[in-house]
Amino acid sequence: MKKDIILSGVGGQGILSIATVIGKAALKEGLYMKQAEVHGMSQRGGDVQSNLRISDQPIASDLIPSGKCDLIISLEPMEGLRYLPYLSSDGWLVTNETPFINIPNYPESDKVMAEINKLPHKIVLNVDKVAKEVGSARVANIVLLGATIPFLGINYEKVQDSIREIFLRKGEAIVEMNLKALAAGKEIAEKLMQ
Amino acid sequence: MSKQLLLGDEAIAQAALDAGLSGVYAYPGTPSTEITEYIQMAPITTEQNIHNRWCANEKTAMEAALGMSFVGKRALVCMKHVGMNVAADCFVNSAITGVKGGLIVIAADDPSMHSSQNEQDSRFYGDFSLIPMYEPSNQQEAYDMIYNGFEFSEKLGEPILMRMVTRLAHSRSGVERKEQKPQNGISFSEDPRQFILLPGNARKRYKVLLARQDEFIKASEESPYNTYTDGPNKKLGIVACGIGYNYLMENYPEGCEYPVLKIGQYPLPQKQLYQLIESCDEILVLEDGQPFVEKQLKGYLGIGVKVKGRLDGTLSQDGELNPDSVARAVGKENKAEFCIPSIVEMRPPALCEGCGHRDMYITLTEVLKEEYPSHKVFSDIGCYTLGANAPFNAINSCVDMGASITMAKGAADGGLYPAVAVIGDSTFTHSGMTGLLDCVNENANVTIIISDNETTAMTGGQDSAGTGRIEAICAGLGVDPTHIRIVVPLKKNYEEMKQIIREEIEYRGVSVIIPRRECIQTLARKKRSK
Ligand SMILES: Cc1ncc(C[n+]2csc(CCOP(=O)(O)OP(=O)(O)O)c2C)c(N)n1
Ligand code: SF4
Repeated sequence: MKKDIILSGVGGQGILSIATVIGKAALKEGLYMKQAEVHGMSQRGGDVQSNLRISDQPIASDLIPSGKCDLIISLEPMEGLRYLPYLSSDGWLVTNETPFINIPNYPESDKVMAEINKLPHKIVLNVDKVAKEVGSARVANIVLLGATIPFLGINYEKVQDSIREIFLRKGEAIVEMNLKALAAGKEIAEKLMQ
Repeated sequence: MSKQLLLGDEAIAQAALDAGLSGVYAYPGTPSTEITEYIQMAPITTEQNIHNRWCANEKTAMEAALGMSFVGKRALVCMKHVGMNVAADCFVNSAITGVKGGLIVIAADDPSMHSSQNEQDSRFYGDFSLIPMYEPSNQQEAYDMIYNGFEFSEKLGEPILMRMVTRLAHSRSGVERKEQKPQNGISFSEDPRQFILLPGNARKRYKVLLARQDEFIKASEESPYNTYTDGPNKKLGIVACGIGYNYLMENYPEGCEYPVLKIGQYPLPQKQLYQLIESCDEILVLEDGQPFVEKQLKGYLGIGVKVKGRLDGTLSQDGELNPDSVARAVGKENKAEFCIPSIVEMRPPALCEGCGHRDMYITLTEVLKEEYPSHKVFSDIGCYTLGANAPFNAINSCVDMGASITMAKGAADGGLYPAVAVIGDSTFTHSGMTGLLDCVNENANVTIIISDNETTAMTGGQDSAGTGRIEAICAGLGVDPTHIRIVVPLKKNYEEMKQIIREEIEYRGVSVIIPRRECIQTLARKKRSK
């Protein structure tokens, strides 16, 4: 088992919380992992990414080689496209569809979608909308994570356990809401794949 | 013990705590900041009263750590690579005094300049200071090096430099801890003159340091961090330093066909290098940062065995290594299947909406552009450096911490008017104060804006050394109190702010304007943690 994942988004969107959940779940599975994060200027709306590598064998590099990434998880559609040179030919892009526009020259959304649609394997969903339906805009990350379940290579129950552990100190209601968000994302991805 | 998921930085911190650390001394700087932050948050730090407060700058940090070592205790100093330039005076001399308690200096390099002004390679500092160095390739190795490094430092009686790079500092992986050691008690050097670097004594100690180089090389030859792995194909021998080794092995999951010498400890291990050079036709050096090892192997004349690396174009001379560049260096290719669509635009960081620096720049540029077209603005390092970008396009320089005030002074000395400096509060106490004293002593015609957000925002909101005392410091240094002006940078105050800026530019002498409002990110974090 080996999964190379790139998480992308805009500083402040919270891609690292997705990485935390996956990382904990991977450890539960007894897997090796390396996760290279971007720190520093992230709070000011620049692009951010994280390389997350999981394997049942020891991992050499902290960075994913070009053309070897199995999964790009993006909280923002244009940001997902930025890492396409890393995506393998049968890799998946799972992305939020809502653009985060904080630059004057942001491309037209249609053009962004057209590029995404050129890819052979992608899941596009409106995580913010789904998150609100589930209960709070704050669980948008977890909805997106849910949509990666079919490709993650990690047991769904382990991901659920990981969420339980991480959100435990915030109370049962928060745990439940996050689990619901996870399930909602998973369901959408499964439907889109049919 | 089970494995813990730790950043490279956190592995260093945990190892230092486990090894009986008595104090960490540091000034924030990416990618080193998380080391000190981890120590600050660890319960044992409070329980055992381990020193952990941020220092005013890297020099004060290095000196205080040497003082901790003087009394026989273990100290850690952490900084980003450019911090080494600030700490260098004490650092280089500490190699000559030597240490009593174990002393490890962490220099976190930033090849590719993810968040820095340059990509200087700290190994050169260790080299000309003539002390041993570590360069870990992974989180566990970073842990082990620090855990055992204090003892090594005490055994040698020398400080140890550990060179980190961004990718390892900010990458997380499983780390196994070792058992907790107690702190050292107080003890002093047997030689009462060890730390007195009068020329007569310094010359003696320097000779001793020189004489010990063979011992350091021997330690490297016996080090578990330098390993030689034979390979069947002797056309090439590879020297892989630090994380360069990981990128190499990424391209050889079944093991490398060439002999590989992995380097984790310096000075270079002579024995293993000879072995590699004798058995292989050519040498390839993989090292993150500058061609430090490559230059040593190649020599000035480049005579002898062929050495490939960054100098001959096998690898780029700038930028960090990655699995793809290393693949190309060994004749492989990681092919991209897709390319970045041309519609994808850069998304540079910008000042947060609602940030006080914005209000400062809006008013400053309005006054300067309309009323003083001959102006120049010398800025400094911090969030406010983003004033270089649209819509502000407000600054003309950003060089090193503190350089705003002194460059403005030099420009004013040369006849520029108005010469304006923009500096943050943390940068001011780091190394702006001495420059201000120069200005006061000559009554230089400069207008200095200390944009005070009461924190060190750029690196994540650490405490700032002079919070609450900035105007007192300025007055203490001799700035005329009537020309120390404090304003709250908010839209409703724009007219007042502009008027103050005008008045102080008109004043022919040193004036300091302090727009003060807390960073909204730091404020939000404080609220969340309440
Ligand atoms: C010698 C050196 N040490 C540390 C750093 C990292 N660094 C860059 S800006 C900064 C602090 C900025 O704080 P402040 O001046 O208060 O400005 P703010 O970011 O809060 O606006 C630090 C620590 C550096 N660039 N150079
Ligand atoms: S982090 Fe603070 S100081 Fe930096 S841009 Fe944001 S609000 Fe301004």
